[in-house]
Amino acid sequence: MAAHMTNAHRRFLQVLMSNRITEGSEARKLHQHCCETDKVYYAHDKLDDFISTINSHLQPLFMQIRKGISEDDGRAHYAVVNLAETEVTKMASDYTEMELELFRKTMDLIILSENGFASSTDILNLADQLKTKKMKKKEAEQVLKVFVEDKWLSEKNGEYTLHTRCIIEMEQYILSYYQDLAKKCNLCHSLAIQSQVCESCGIGMHLPCARKYFRGQTEPRCPKCNEFWSCDTPGVNRMGSQT
Amino acid sequence: MSQRKRSKGLGCSQMTDGEVDCIPTQVERHSQDQVNQKVNELVQFLLVKDQKKIPIKRTDILKNVIWEYKNAYSEIVKKADKILQEVFGLQLVEIDSKRHIYILVNKLLHAEGQHLCRGKEKEKMGLLLVILSFIFMKGNSVKDSTLWEFLHLLRVYPGRQHSVFGDVRKLVTEEFVPGGHPHPLTEPPEFKFQWGPRAEKETSKKDVLNFVAKMQGKEPAFWASQYSEANQGTA
Repeated sequence: MAAHMTNAHRRFLQVLMSNRITEGSEARKLHQHCCETDKVYYAHDKLDDFISTINSHLQPLFMQIRKGISEDDGRAHYAVVNLAETEVTKMASDYTEMELELFRKTMDLIILSENGFASSTDILNLADQLKTKKMKKKEAEQVLKVFVEDKWLSEKNGEYTLHTRCIIEMEQYILSYYQDLAKKCNLCHSLAIQSQVCESCGIGMHLPCARKYFRGQTEPRCPKCNEFWSCDTPGVNRMGSQT
Repeated sequence: MSQRKRSKGLGCSQMTDGEVDCIPTQVERHSQDQVNQKVNELVQFLLVKDQKKIPIKRTDILKNVIWEYKNAYSEIVKKADKILQEVFGLQLVEIDSKRHIYILVNKLLHAEGQHLCRGKEKEKMGLLLVILSFIFMKGNSVKDSTLWEFLHLLRVYPGRQHSVFGDVRKLVTEEFVPGGHPHPLTEPPEFKFQWGPRAEKETSKKDVLNFVAKMQGKEPAFWASQYSEANQGTA
């Protein structure tokens, strides 16, 4: 078996699990903290090795520390994911059947939307159509709040999208369940929930990926069809892709 | 779930209170792979329960994970505990040997620093430590009214919403208690709080006394009886 686990690895894993999702710079600080606390060798540039040691021990349990990129700011995040059941059922122990149905429907709205957002009005309109049991709008509002608190959804000005945690944990599931409907980023090739879409050829890109790609270009052009890229990339106005 | 179908060829008919009623000779032998699969499932099950700090009953383990593998129960539990220790630094501990209730306790020494728990959790643990200290210093048992008065002094009012803790009474009596922390004795009009089993396992009287001493700027030995009690377990 690969390198053995020390208490520093165990401590790191414990904190990562209780955090649910950990931003990259936090993870690096935590790496240092754990190594110093448990007095094991620390190299600041060896976080990936440190994590892969843990992963080799998690593998038989069908668990993994996975890295994902935030669609908002392009920063790396880490989460402990359960590969044995990557579908929504993993949330089953935390939520009622009714709440899960609301989540699935919300996810449908988000993934089928143009820009990766679903408005609270649209979601709340689903509440009385649930098959499990109808939900009052007030209740649904409360449930949405919990989804945001638990980092399955994130909310901006009354619009909801999938949280980075949700994307890291459910990427495989979403790609297989929604197949062609789920967009992939033309640049990094991973799942793209919030994306900018080319008006002429329809490819999508993550905002941070597009920002990186267009940096320094005076006239942004689509990497695939070379047409003028009409979306507003500075990232302030995410609704630019709606037209 | 599919108990009926599964029990067909086996000696076990149904899951009663976790009593093993199989006749050993009639029980199928399970392959090592199948057992290991169950071990992994059990580890996941325990981790989920632990995140919510719910004590785990043996009957729940049997019902949710073990099913027809009852005859391998102790092997599965032992192996799961080994993985929990080696990979996660957690240990499976039976806190009630009559009703067979388990919790996971952290085997890693608590480190000072900001990384132990997230956001609100950290503040809650702070309040918990203060409450545990109070109980210990008051002779290991306090009436609920005494605890509420004490919290009042800290401007944490049980009846009112607190900006960090929310409903404090609920936090103390529902969140801290079922997880096995402070322990109200069930004699209605007046409840008493004591240390629960998790507190006994995850912290020690010595640590708590050291904390109190630090807060008060005194030596732990200043409190003679608590000092000797705290050192009893370790000496």
